[in-house]
Amino acid sequence: MSDRLEIRKTYKLLINGAFPRSESGRSYEVISAKDEFLANAAQGSRKDLRDAVVAARAAQAKWWSLSAYNRGQVIYRLAEMAESRSDELVEFVKLSEGVNSEKAKASVAKAIDRIVWYAGWTDKISQVLGGANPVAGPFYNFSVPKPTGVIGVIAPQNSSLEGFVECVIAPIAAGNSVIALASEKRPIPAVLLGEMTETSDFPAGVLNIITGFTSELALGLASHEDIDGLDLEGADEAFADELAFLAAGSIKRVLRPSKKNQKNSIHRLRAFVETSTVWHTIGQ
Amino acid sequence: MTENNLPNSKLGSLQYDPAPESAAIAKLKSSYGLFINGKFTDPSKHEQFETINPATEKRLATISQGSTSDIDKAVKAARKAYDNVWSKTTGAERAKYLYRIARIIQERSRELAVVETLDNGKPIRESRDVDVPLAAAHFFYYAGWADKLEHAGFGNAPKPIGVAGQIIPWNFPLMMAAWKLAPALAAGNTCVLKPAETTPLSALLLGEILQQAGLPDGVVNIVTGDGVTGSALVDHPGVDKIAFTGSTGVGRLIQQRVATSHKRLTLELGGKGANIVYEDAPIDEMIEGIIDGIFFNQGHVCCAGSRLLVQESIADDVLRRLVRRVEQLRVGDPMDKNTDIGAINSADQLKRIKELVAYGEQEGATRYTSSCELPKKGFWFAPTVFADVSQSHRIAREEIFGPVLSVLTFRTPEEAITKANNTNYGLACGVWSEKGSRTLWTAERLRAGVVWANTYNKFDPTSPFGGTRESGFGREGGKHGLEAYLNV
Repeated sequence: MSDRLEIRKTYKLLINGAFPRSESGRSYEVISAKDEFLANAAQGSRKDLRDAVVAARAAQAKWWSLSAYNRGQVIYRLAEMAESRSDELVEFVKLSEGVNSEKAKASVAKAIDRIVWYAGWTDKISQVLGGANPVAGPFYNFSVPKPTGVIGVIAPQNSSLEGFVECVIAPIAAGNSVIALASEKRPIPAVLLGEMTETSDFPAGVLNIITGFTSELALGLASHEDIDGLDLEGADEAFADELAFLAAGSIKRVLRPSKKNQKNSIHRLRAFVETSTVWHTIGQ
Repeated sequence: MTENNLPNSKLGSLQYDPAPESAAIAKLKSSYGLFINGKFTDPSKHEQFETINPATEKRLATISQGSTSDIDKAVKAARKAYDNVWSKTTGAERAKYLYRIARIIQERSRELAVVETLDNGKPIRESRDVDVPLAAAHFFYYAGWADKLEHAGFGNAPKPIGVAGQIIPWNFPLMMAAWKLAPALAAGNTCVLKPAETTPLSALLLGEILQQAGLPDGVVNIVTGDGVTGSALVDHPGVDKIAFTGSTGVGRLIQQRVATSHKRLTLELGGKGANIVYEDAPIDEMIEGIIDGIFFNQGHVCCAGSRLLVQESIADDVLRRLVRRVEQLRVGDPMDKNTDIGAINSADQLKRIKELVAYGEQEGATRYTSSCELPKKGFWFAPTVFADVSQSHRIAREEIFGPVLSVLTFRTPEEAITKANNTNYGLACGVWSEKGSRTLWTAERLRAGVVWANTYNKFDPTSPFGGTRESGFGREGGKHGLEAYLNV
């Protein structure tokens, strides 16, 4: 056993349910917190991003056409997959973040529990954020939150899995599709989670993950006109300003990092839904 | 009419005796200062511009151009009022002020309607029956929220944002002021309001109403002026939140400017609303609904149903009826109680409408324009319908913001959805069908903030209004409208 030479894995992008290397052919070295070589990750390009946007746009309609109950089950299934591969996640969170096993375990557990939390939200958002409006007239009037559409996520740079889950699963639970830039220096846990979506009945393209250089790729996300919303969690303040400016070009919804304690908050669900109101006449 | 195979209506445009509302009810002053810290400033201390009646081009009053330093004074007054007074005023008391404001708007409703029509050019029927009552209703509705915020779903003790800078358009001047101020004040913010350059009067009257209501000084400040004034408000570092209603072009600039600050932002921008007519639609209501959807307020409506999508099987019939109905619309003196379509708000807007209509002809659409006689003075555009419009035409893509309807056809519900959503906008749509399941199926798939089914252009303070995509973000009205002014 100990003599056996281990089989290493190539960590690739996740676009439209497939795992391509970057179309650019580029890769970059991922180094552990202890400065040891971990992997050669794909260095995604703007073309990869554009491909992901096309996939995400198509996938969003499909995802939203599923019942809320069904979407909840798919996300819950992801939690099941993550639980069964949690040793692997713990290992890479540990290596990536430089924390001890105990802390890595706790972090992975939290991340998985958070997936479960969001799984339960899919069929409750409409009731919590929507409702009937008592207009003065012969109309039945109701408001429901609809997904914003395609969301670009700049995942946190430090929290390789927990933070990634928070930023990515919330908009998906709300019915959006996502193109996420994984943490530049700590991308592996995110890539692993992406692999798990492929055994969780996620329609291809609902979650797309691009690894590579944030400074380069985030500009592409922020300026792409077919992306409807942008989560800037993984950008520092000055960079977030620049990205928010670019995002204004197509009136994107922009979620900036908040210093407030948002634990147990639904602000990430709220950030990427659009209240849609229907007036219907009442009469005989 | 340019088309000759249309059945002639025996009605034509019915003749009525004139029924003019009295302009004297407006009791306008010759000039107005800015409303800062509870008082009107001396107009002679400012650069001035004139506001005119677009139906006559006659001067109504001289208005003060708010400068950067005026904006600064207003923002400081709002900050002081926030720190010292308004943030210490209980929700119940804020509610009482808002109820008072609502009541005074009702008391002075005739005067407000007249002022609105004189300044804006919209028919008195609309300002009397829509703009003013809805403005009062908005204050009434949000008054009730002021002491119930903890029940609105934004946590146990939601906090206001602070000083809100609010920039409003000229199409519904008083109503937009109410939509901005009422939720902001209910949530506990103080405000600096910048009315539109061409329609400042009703907001200034509202300033007087706030004085009568005894609203503490500085809680609301009203600074008139042009884009330079608005720009100063957007850039002022003392402002915590910007709420803007206007064009997508300006909204984009504002979002860019605010991007590098930490100001909160809500935008209510343009639209190119699709009004979808299925073959089983109730025909008479539908024709009236289409007319109302595009010609209400001269089409100066961001949510106007400016793209009519008709199912092919009934397209000829619908067009025939539409054109006949357009011919019957009464265009003219906005102060006449029988007028359906008033004046275009400004020379600039008229120019833009004419420009886009010229493109419509040039690109090959078939034009029907009412043969109504237009007054000699003032800004006027006869109601117009374009048939044979294709999706690539400018009149199908760009917001005309005037009494011009583009008619397109579709065969299947899927095609209707594809065409309706084929726009960067996403504000409002209409659906006409007697089949409930088809209506809801359609509503589910439309990318729009508002969907009217078998009706159009209905507004209510309890009903959230606002856009998706490049029509902006944030909602006005309802519980949702509070979110724009709470720190959540």
